[in-house]
Amino acid sequence: MKNLSRDSRHHVTFRLNGVTVEGFSEPRMLLSDFLRHEVGATGTHVGCEHGVCGACTILIDGTASRSCLMLAVQADGAEIDTIEGLANADGSFGILQQAFHENFALQCGFCTPGILMSLSEFLQDNPDPSVDEIKVALSGNVCRCTSYHEIINACIDAAAALRTSKAEAR
Amino acid sequence: MKPAPFDYIRPDSVDEAIGVLGEYGDDARVIAGGQSLLPMLNMRLVRPEVLIDISRLDELKQLEKTGSGVRIGAGVTQGALAIWVGLEPDLPLIARALPNVGHFQTRNRGTVCGSICHADPSSELPLCLALLEGEVELRSDRGARRVPASDFQQGVLNTAREADELATNVVFPAASNGAAYAFDEFNHRHGDFAVVAVAARSEGARISLAVGGVADRPEVRHWTGLEGSAIDDALNDLAWELGGNDDIHATAQYRRQLVRHLGRKVIEETAR
Repeated sequence: MKNLSRDSRHHVTFRLNGVTVEGFSEPRMLLSDFLRHEVGATGTHVGCEHGVCGACTILIDGTASRSCLMLAVQADGAEIDTIEGLANADGSFGILQQAFHENFALQCGFCTPGILMSLSEFLQDNPDPSVDEIKVALSGNVCRCTSYHEIINACIDAAAALRTSKAEAR
Repeated sequence: MKPAPFDYIRPDSVDEAIGVLGEYGDDARVIAGGQSLLPMLNMRLVRPEVLIDISRLDELKQLEKTGSGVRIGAGVTQGALAIWVGLEPDLPLIARALPNVGHFQTRNRGTVCGSICHADPSSELPLCLALLEGEVELRSDRGARRVPASDFQQGVLNTAREADELATNVVFPAASNGAAYAFDEFNHRHGDFAVVAVAARSEGARISLAVGGVADRPEVRHWTGLEGSAIDDALNDLAWELGGNDDIHATAQYRRQLVRHLGRKVIEETAR
Protein backbone atom coordinates (compact mmCIF):
# COMPACT_ATOMS: atom_id res chain seq x y z
CA MET A 1 0.00 0.00 0.00
CA LYS A 2 1.31 3.40 -0.98
CA ASN A 3 0.59 6.17 1.54
CA LEU A 4 1.67 9.67 0.55
CA SER A 5 1.38 12.48 3.08
CA ARG A 6 -0.14 15.80 2.03
CA ASP A 7 2.71 17.73 3.65
CA SER A 8 5.59 16.32 1.67
CA ARG A 9 6.65 16.13 -1.93
CA HIS A 10 6.93 12.67 -3.43
CA HIS A 11 9.12 11.31 -6.19
CA VAL A 12 7.22 10.84 -9.48
CA THR A 13 8.72 9.44 -12.65
CA PHE A 14 7.25 8.53 -16.04
CA ARG A 15 8.23 8.38 -19.67
CA LEU A 16 7.45 11.60 -21.53
CA ASN A 17 7.62 11.33 -25.32
CA GLY A 18 9.94 8.35 -24.93
CA VAL A 19 12.31 9.95 -22.42
CA THR A 20 12.29 9.23 -18.69
CA VAL A 21 11.52 12.34 -16.63
CA GLU A 22 11.15 12.80 -12.88
CA GLY A 23 10.23 15.36 -10.28
CA PHE A 24 8.58 15.86 -6.92
CA SER A 25 4.91 16.36 -6.26
CA GLU A 26 2.50 16.87 -3.39
CA PRO A 27 -0.44 14.45 -3.63
CA ARG A 28 -2.77 17.26 -4.72
CA MET A 29 -0.63 18.45 -7.65
CA LEU A 30 -2.37 18.01 -11.01
CA LEU A 31 -0.53 16.22 -13.79
CA SER A 32 -0.93 19.33 -16.00
CA ASP A 33 0.91 21.45 -13.41
CA PHE A 34 3.56 18.77 -12.89
CA LEU A 35 4.26 18.69 -16.64
CA ARG A 36 4.52 22.47 -16.89
CA HIS A 37 6.16 23.46 -13.61
CA GLU A 38 8.20 20.40 -12.56
CA VAL A 39 9.22 18.96 -15.91
CA GLY A 40 9.16 22.26 -17.82
CA ALA A 41 7.09 20.83 -20.68
CA THR A 42 4.97 23.93 -21.22
CA GLY A 43 3.49 22.83 -24.55
CA THR A 44 0.52 21.39 -22.67
CA HIS A 45 -1.81 24.29 -21.92
CA VAL A 46 -4.14 24.76 -18.97
CA GLY A 47 -7.58 26.25 -19.57
CA CYS A 48 -10.57 25.47 -17.40
CA GLU A 49 -9.11 22.90 -14.97
CA HIS A 50 -12.32 20.94 -14.79
CA GLY A 51 -12.20 18.84 -17.94
CA VAL A 52 -14.43 20.93 -20.19
CA CYS A 53 -12.11 22.91 -22.49
CA GLY A 54 -9.71 20.15 -23.56
CA ALA A 55 -6.63 22.41 -23.81
CA CYS A 56 -4.61 20.15 -21.48
CA THR A 57 -5.37 16.91 -23.36
CA ILE A 58 -2.39 14.54 -23.56
CA LEU A 59 -1.95 10.83 -24.27
CA ILE A 60 -1.69 8.68 -21.14
CA ASP A 61 -0.66 5.11 -22.00
CA GLY A 62 -1.72 5.81 -25.58
CA THR A 63 -5.20 7.22 -24.95
CA ALA A 64 -6.24 10.88 -24.93
CA SER A 65 -7.06 12.19 -21.45
CA ARG A 66 -7.31 15.46 -19.57
CA SER A 67 -4.07 16.12 -17.70
CA CYS A 68 -6.00 18.45 -15.35
CA LEU A 69 -8.19 15.52 -14.27
CA MET A 70 -5.34 13.34 -13.10
CA LEU A 71 -2.93 13.73 -10.21
CA ALA A 72 0.80 13.69 -10.88
CA VAL A 73 1.22 10.87 -8.32
CA GLN A 74 -1.28 8.78 -10.32
CA ALA A 75 0.91 9.12 -13.42
CA ASP A 76 3.92 7.48 -11.76
CA GLY A 77 5.19 4.80 -14.14
CA ALA A 78 2.95 5.84 -17.05
CA GLU A 79 3.80 6.36 -20.69
CA ILE A 80 2.87 9.93 -21.59
CA ASP A 81 2.87 11.75 -24.91
CA THR A 82 2.43 15.48 -25.32
CA ILE A 83 2.55 18.05 -28.11
CA GLU A 84 6.36 18.22 -27.72
CA GLY A 85 6.54 14.71 -29.20
CA LEU A 86 4.61 15.41 -32.39
CA ALA A 87 7.41 17.05 -34.43
CA ASN A 88 9.77 14.95 -36.53
CA ALA A 89 13.24 14.13 -35.17
CA ASP A 90 14.79 16.94 -37.26
CA GLY A 91 12.42 19.50 -35.72
CA SER A 92 10.17 19.83 -38.78
CA PHE A 93 6.40 19.62 -38.38
CA GLY A 94 4.78 16.22 -37.96
CA ILE A 95 1.84 15.31 -40.20
CA LEU A 96 -0.86 16.78 -37.93
CA GLN A 97 1.10 19.97 -37.33
CA GLN A 98 1.76 20.42 -41.05
CA ALA A 99 -1.94 19.98 -41.87
CA PHE A 100 -2.91 22.61 -39.25
CA HIS A 101 -0.24 24.97 -40.62
CA GLU A 102 -1.43 24.60 -44.22
CA ASN A 103 -5.12 25.00 -43.35
CA PHE A 104 -4.71 28.05 -41.08
CA ALA A 105 -6.35 25.88 -38.41
CA LEU A 106 -5.29 28.08 -35.51
CA GLN A 107 -5.24 31.71 -34.58
CA CYS A 108 -4.03 32.27 -31.02
CA GLY A 109 -3.03 28.61 -30.76
CA PHE A 110 -3.91 28.16 -27.09
CA CYS A 111 -6.27 25.23 -27.71
CA THR A 112 -4.10 23.66 -30.43
CA PRO A 113 -1.94 21.30 -28.31
CA GLY A 114 -5.06 19.70 -26.84
CA ILE A 115 -6.74 19.40 -30.23
CA LEU A 116 -3.67 17.81 -31.82
CA MET A 117 -3.34 15.27 -29.01
CA SER A 118 -7.07 14.44 -29.20
CA LEU A 119 -6.84 14.01 -32.95
CA SER A 120 -3.73 11.87 -32.75
CA GLU A 121 -5.71 9.19 -30.87
CA PHE A 122 -8.86 9.77 -32.93
CA LEU A 123 -7.09 9.33 -36.29
CA GLN A 124 -5.35 6.21 -35.06
CA ASP A 125 -8.73 4.64 -34.18
CA ASN A 126 -10.52 6.08 -37.21
CA PRO A 127 -8.12 6.62 -40.15
CA ASP A 128 -10.81 7.80 -42.59
CA PRO A 129 -13.38 9.79 -40.59
CA SER A 130 -16.44 11.60 -41.91
CA VAL A 131 -16.98 15.29 -41.19
CA ASP A 132 -19.72 14.38 -38.68
CA GLU A 133 -17.40 11.99 -36.86
CA ILE A 134 -14.72 14.69 -36.73
CA LYS A 135 -17.23 17.16 -35.27
CA VAL A 136 -18.17 14.72 -32.51
CA ALA A 137 -14.49 14.02 -31.81
CA LEU A 138 -13.77 17.76 -31.60
CA SER A 139 -16.69 18.43 -29.24
CA GLY A 140 -14.34 17.80 -26.35
CA ASN A 141 -12.03 20.64 -27.35
CA VAL A 142 -13.09 24.27 -27.19
CA CYS A 143 -11.55 26.78 -29.61
CA ARG A 144 -12.69 30.39 -29.17
CA CYS A 145 -11.11 32.06 -32.19
CA THR A 146 -11.37 29.87 -35.27
CA SER A 147 -14.64 28.73 -36.75
CA TYR A 148 -13.68 25.04 -36.47
CA HIS A 149 -14.06 24.70 -40.27
CA GLU A 150 -10.32 25.05 -40.78
CA ILE A 151 -9.68 22.56 -37.98
CA ILE A 152 -12.00 20.05 -39.63
CA ASN A 153 -10.27 20.61 -43.00
CA ALA A 154 -6.89 20.12 -41.35
CA CYS A 155 -8.12 16.89 -39.78
CA ILE A 156 -9.29 15.58 -43.17
CA ASP A 157 -5.91 16.46 -44.74
CA ALA A 158 -4.00 14.93 -41.85
CA ALA A 159 -6.05 11.72 -42.10
CA ALA A 160 -5.23 11.42 -45.82
CA ALA A 161 -1.53 12.15 -45.22
CA LEU A 162 -1.39 9.59 -42.40
CA ARG A 163 -2.99 6.95 -44.62
CA THR A 164 -0.43 7.66 -47.36
CA SER A 165 2.51 7.55 -44.95
CA LYS A 166 1.25 4.26 -43.49
CA ALA A 167 0.84 2.77 -46.98
CA GLU A 168 4.38 3.85 -47.87
CA ALA A 169 5.78 2.38 -44.68
CA ARG A 170 4.42 -1.04 -45.63
CA MET B 1 -8.93 25.83 -9.06
CA LYS B 2 -6.43 23.56 -7.30
CA PRO B 3 -7.49 20.86 -4.82
CA ALA B 4 -7.11 21.48 -1.09
CA PRO B 5 -4.40 19.26 0.45
CA PHE B 6 -5.14 15.58 1.11
CA ASP B 7 -3.24 12.38 1.86
CA TYR B 8 -3.09 9.91 -1.00
CA ILE B 9 -3.44 6.19 -0.37
CA ARG B 10 -3.09 3.56 -3.08
CA PRO B 11 -4.09 0.15 -1.68
CA ASP B 12 -2.75 -3.05 -3.25
CA SER B 13 -6.01 -5.01 -2.95
CA VAL B 14 -9.75 -4.53 -2.57
CA ASP B 15 -9.51 -5.83 1.02
CA GLU B 16 -6.93 -3.16 1.81
CA ALA B 17 -9.08 -0.49 0.16
CA ILE B 18 -12.08 -1.51 2.26
CA GLY B 19 -9.94 -1.49 5.41
CA VAL B 20 -8.73 2.06 4.71
CA LEU B 21 -12.25 3.20 3.82
CA GLY B 22 -13.55 1.70 7.08
CA GLU B 23 -10.88 3.62 8.97
CA TYR B 24 -11.51 7.04 7.41
CA GLY B 25 -15.21 6.83 6.40
CA ASP B 26 -16.60 10.25 5.52
CA ASP B 27 -13.15 11.83 5.60
CA ALA B 28 -12.12 9.77 2.58
CA ARG B 29 -13.12 9.84 -1.07
CA VAL B 30 -12.51 6.95 -3.45
CA ILE B 31 -10.99 7.82 -6.81
CA ALA B 32 -11.05 5.52 -9.84
CA GLY B 33 -11.13 7.46 -13.13
CA GLY B 34 -11.55 10.79 -11.37
CA GLN B 35 -13.51 12.40 -14.20
CA SER B 36 -16.26 13.60 -11.86
CA LEU B 37 -14.29 13.78 -8.61
CA LEU B 38 -11.30 15.77 -9.87
CA PRO B 39 -13.42 18.68 -11.15
CA MET B 40 -15.08 18.75 -7.71
CA LEU B 41 -11.68 18.62 -5.99
CA ASN B 42 -10.30 21.33 -8.27
CA MET B 43 -13.26 23.59 -7.54
CA ARG B 44 -13.04 22.65 -3.84
CA LEU B 45 -16.63 21.48 -3.76
CA VAL B 46 -15.21 18.52 -1.82
CA ARG B 47 -12.24 18.59 0.55
CA PRO B 48 -11.49 15.04 1.67
CA GLU B 49 -8.73 14.33 4.19
CA VAL B 50 -7.75 11.21 2.29
CA LEU B 51 -8.01 10.09 -1.32
CA ILE B 52 -8.11 6.32 -1.87
CA ASP B 53 -6.99 5.41 -5.38
CA ILE B 54 -8.49 2.13 -6.64
CA SER B 55 -7.64 2.72 -10.30
CA ARG B 56 -4.77 0.22 -10.40
CA LEU B 57 -6.61 -2.71 -8.77
CA ASP B 58 -6.84 -5.49 -11.37
CA GLU B 59 -9.49 -7.22 -9.22
CA LEU B 60 -11.87 -4.41 -10.13
CA LYS B 61 -11.22 -4.45 -13.87
CA GLN B 62 -13.42 -7.48 -14.57
CA LEU B 63 -16.13 -7.19 -17.15
CA GLU B 64 -18.12 -10.37 -17.59
CA LYS B 65 -21.52 -11.80 -18.40
CA THR B 66 -22.91 -13.72 -15.45
CA GLY B 67 -26.20 -15.46 -14.75
CA SER B 68 -27.75 -12.26 -13.44
CA GLY B 69 -26.46 -9.97 -16.17
CA VAL B 70 -23.36 -8.05 -17.16
CA ARG B 71 -21.15 -7.43 -14.13
CA ILE B 72 -18.84 -4.45 -14.41
CA GLY B 73 -16.01 -3.87 -11.92
CA ALA B 74 -15.34 -0.45 -10.40
CA GLY B 75 -12.12 -0.11 -12.39
CA VAL B 76 -13.73 -0.65 -15.82
CA THR B 77 -13.68 2.55 -17.85
CA GLN B 78 -16.54 3.73 -20.04
CA GLY B 79 -14.07 3.47 -22.94
CA ALA B 80 -13.36 -0.20 -22.15
CA LEU B 81 -17.09 -0.97 -22.02
CA ALA B 82 -17.59 0.83 -25.35
CA ILE B 83 -15.29 -1.64 -27.14
CA TRP B 84 -16.44 -4.75 -25.23
CA VAL B 85 -17.66 -7.44 -27.67
CA GLY B 86 -20.79 -8.16 -25.63
CA LEU B 87 -21.96 -4.54 -25.61
CA GLU B 88 -24.33 -4.56 -28.59
CA PRO B 89 -25.90 -8.02 -28.03
CA ASP B 90 -26.20 -7.85 -24.23
CA LEU B 91 -26.45 -4.13 -23.48
CA PRO B 92 -27.97 -2.48 -26.58
CA LEU B 93 -29.30 0.42 -24.50
CA ILE B 94 -25.84 1.18 -23.09
CA ALA B 95 -24.39 0.94 -26.60
CA ARG B 96 -26.71 3.82 -27.61
CA ALA B 97 -26.17 5.87 -24.44
CA LEU B 98 -22.38 5.59 -24.08
CA PRO B 99 -21.36 7.93 -26.94
CA ASN B 100 -23.22 10.68 -25.03
CA VAL B 101 -21.32 10.14 -21.78
CA GLY B 102 -18.84 13.05 -21.75
CA HIS B 103 -16.24 13.03 -24.52
CA PHE B 104 -14.00 10.19 -25.68
CA GLN B 105 -11.14 11.81 -23.76
CA THR B 106 -13.10 11.55 -20.48
CA ARG B 107 -14.51 8.10 -21.29
CA ASN B 108 -10.90 6.88 -21.60
CA ARG B 109 -10.48 7.33 -17.84
CA GLY B 110 -14.00 7.73 -16.42
CA THR B 111 -15.47 4.52 -15.00
CA VAL B 112 -18.97 3.06 -15.28
CA CYS B 113 -19.28 2.58 -11.51
CA GLY B 114 -17.88 6.05 -10.88
CA SER B 115 -20.57 7.68 -12.98
CA ILE B 116 -23.27 5.70 -11.14
CA CYS B 117 -21.82 6.53 -7.70
CA HIS B 118 -21.45 10.22 -8.60
CA ALA B 119 -25.24 10.15 -9.14
CA ASP B 120 -25.71 13.27 -11.23
CA PRO B 121 -29.45 13.49 -12.04
CA SER B 122 -28.76 14.09 -15.75
CA SER B 123 -26.14 11.33 -16.21
CA GLU B 124 -26.78 8.65 -18.80
CA LEU B 125 -25.44 5.55 -17.02
CA PRO B 126 -27.53 5.93 -13.82
CA LEU B 127 -30.54 6.48 -16.10
CA CYS B 128 -29.85 3.20 -17.92
CA LEU B 129 -29.25 1.35 -14.65
CA ALA B 130 -32.61 2.63 -13.37
CA LEU B 131 -34.51 1.61 -16.51
CA LEU B 132 -32.91 -1.84 -16.68
CA GLU B 133 -33.40 -2.37 -12.91
CA GLY B 134 -29.74 -3.15 -12.32
CA GLU B 135 -27.90 -3.40 -9.03
CA VAL B 136 -24.87 -1.96 -7.28
CA GLU B 137 -22.62 -4.25 -5.23
CA LEU B 138 -21.24 -2.67 -2.08
CA ARG B 139 -18.59 -4.08 0.25
CA SER B 140 -17.36 -3.00 3.65
CA ASP B 141 -15.76 -4.59 6.70
CA ARG B 142 -19.32 -5.28 7.82
CA GLY B 143 -20.06 -7.45 4.79
CA ALA B 144 -21.40 -7.23 1.25
CA ARG B 145 -24.81 -6.23 -0.08
CA ARG B 146 -26.54 -5.64 -3.40
CA VAL B 147 -28.70 -2.55 -3.75
CA PRO B 148 -31.26 -2.21 -6.57
CA ALA B 149 -30.91 0.91 -8.72
CA SER B 150 -34.23 2.31 -7.48
CA ASP B 151 -32.91 2.34 -3.89
CA PHE B 152 -29.32 3.28 -4.74
CA GLN B 153 -29.68 6.73 -6.23
CA GLN B 154 -31.54 8.85 -3.69
CA GLY B 155 -31.11 12.41 -4.93
CA VAL B 156 -28.65 14.90 -6.39
CA LEU B 157 -25.15 13.39 -5.91
CA ASN B 158 -26.62 11.24 -3.15
CA THR B 159 -26.71 7.44 -2.95
CA ALA B 160 -27.44 4.66 -0.46
CA ARG B 161 -23.72 3.91 -0.16
CA GLU B 162 -22.59 4.18 3.47
CA ALA B 163 -19.33 6.01 4.22
CA ASP B 164 -17.40 2.77 4.82
CA GLU B 165 -18.71 0.98 1.73
CA LEU B 166 -16.88 0.54 -1.55
CA ALA B 167 -18.94 0.08 -4.71
CA THR B 168 -17.09 -2.88 -6.24
CA ASN B 169 -19.37 -3.70 -9.19
CA VAL B 170 -22.54 -2.75 -10.98
CA VAL B 171 -24.75 -5.35 -12.63
CA PHE B 172 -26.85 -4.55 -15.70
CA PRO B 173 -29.44 -7.23 -16.58
CA ALA B 174 -28.68 -8.52 -20.10
CA ALA B 175 -31.12 -7.66 -22.89
CA SER B 176 -34.03 -10.05 -23.30
CA ASN B 177 -34.79 -11.29 -26.79
CA GLY B 178 -38.32 -9.95 -27.05
CA ALA B 179 -37.48 -6.45 -25.82
CA ALA B 180 -36.55 -3.32 -27.77
CA TYR B 181 -34.51 -0.44 -26.35
CA ALA B 182 -34.01 3.20 -27.30
CA PHE B 183 -32.11 6.18 -25.91
CA ASP B 184 -32.07 9.87 -26.72
CA GLU B 185 -31.09 13.12 -25.09
CA PHE B 186 -31.02 16.84 -25.70
CA ASN B 187 -27.91 18.83 -24.83
CA HIS B 188 -26.52 22.16 -25.90
CA ARG B 189 -23.27 20.67 -27.21
CA HIS B 190 -22.33 17.04 -27.81
CA GLY B 191 -20.82 15.61 -24.63
CA ASP B 192 -22.27 18.23 -22.31
CA PHE B 193 -24.61 17.26 -19.52
CA ALA B 194 -28.03 16.36 -20.88
CA VAL B 195 -30.81 18.90 -20.35
CA VAL B 196 -33.20 15.94 -20.59
CA ALA B 197 -32.22 12.31 -21.27
CA VAL B 198 -34.69 9.48 -21.90
CA ALA B 199 -34.41 5.71 -22.21
CA ALA B 200 -37.21 3.34 -23.20
CA ARG B 201 -37.78 -0.39 -23.12
CA SER B 202 -40.72 -2.17 -24.75
CA GLU B 203 -41.64 -5.81 -24.43
CA GLY B 204 -45.01 -6.90 -25.79
CA ALA B 205 -47.57 -4.36 -24.58
CA ARG B 206 -45.41 -3.19 -21.68
CA ILE B 207 -43.54 0.11 -22.04
CA SER B 208 -40.97 1.39 -19.52
CA LEU B 209 -39.58 4.90 -19.72
CA ALA B 210 -36.79 6.49 -17.67
CA VAL B 211 -36.29 10.26 -17.61
CA GLY B 212 -33.14 12.03 -16.41
CA GLY B 213 -32.31 15.71 -15.98
CA VAL B 214 -35.71 16.80 -14.66
CA ALA B 215 -36.27 15.37 -11.16
CA ASP B 216 -33.43 15.01 -8.65
CA ARG B 217 -32.77 11.45 -9.83
CA PRO B 218 -33.76 9.27 -12.82
CA GLU B 219 -37.48 8.48 -12.68
CA VAL B 220 -38.92 5.31 -14.22
CA ARG B 221 -42.55 4.70 -15.21
CA HIS B 222 -44.25 1.58 -16.60
CA TRP B 223 -47.37 1.43 -18.75
CA THR B 224 -49.22 -1.46 -20.37
CA GLY B 225 -51.22 -1.37 -23.59
CA LEU B 226 -50.63 2.33 -24.23
CA GLU B 227 -51.27 3.47 -27.81
CA GLY B 228 -51.84 6.58 -29.93
CA SER B 229 -52.84 9.74 -28.08
CA ALA B 230 -52.86 7.86 -24.76
CA ILE B 231 -49.04 7.89 -25.01
CA ASP B 232 -49.06 11.69 -25.31
CA ASP B 233 -51.43 11.99 -22.35
CA ALA B 234 -49.26 9.73 -20.21
CA LEU B 235 -46.13 11.69 -21.17
CA ASN B 236 -47.84 14.99 -20.43
CA ASP B 237 -48.87 13.77 -16.97
CA LEU B 238 -45.32 12.55 -16.37
CA ALA B 239 -43.80 15.84 -17.56
CA TRP B 240 -45.85 17.77 -14.98
CA GLU B 241 -45.35 15.19 -12.25
CA LEU B 242 -41.53 15.31 -12.47
CA GLY B 243 -41.55 18.98 -11.49
CA GLY B 244 -38.43 20.31 -13.20
CA ASN B 245 -37.00 23.74 -12.38
CA ASP B 246 -35.87 26.73 -14.40
CA ASP B 247 -32.11 26.98 -14.55
CA ILE B 248 -29.37 28.48 -16.71
CA HIS B 249 -29.70 25.64 -19.26
CA ALA B 250 -33.46 25.49 -19.79
CA THR B 251 -36.80 26.55 -18.36
CA ALA B 252 -39.10 24.06 -16.60
CA GLN B 253 -41.57 24.53 -19.45
CA TYR B 254 -38.91 23.61 -22.02
CA ARG B 255 -37.96 20.55 -19.97
CA ARG B 256 -41.60 19.42 -19.91
CA GLN B 257 -41.72 19.80 -23.68
CA LEU B 258 -38.55 17.73 -24.03
CA VAL B 259 -40.07 14.97 -21.88
CA ARG B 260 -43.15 14.90 -24.16
CA HIS B 261 -41.16 15.07 -27.40
CA LEU B 262 -38.19 12.80 -26.59
CA GLY B 263 -40.42 10.40 -24.65
CA ARG B 264 -42.68 9.93 -27.68
CA LYS B 265 -39.64 9.55 -29.95
CA VAL B 266 -37.98 6.74 -27.96
CA ILE B 267 -41.26 4.92 -27.32
CA GLU B 268 -41.98 4.94 -31.05
CA GLU B 269 -38.46 3.73 -31.74
CA THR B 270 -38.96 0.69 -29.50
CA ALA B 271 -42.28 -0.09 -31.21
CA ARG B 272 -40.67 -0.42 -34.64
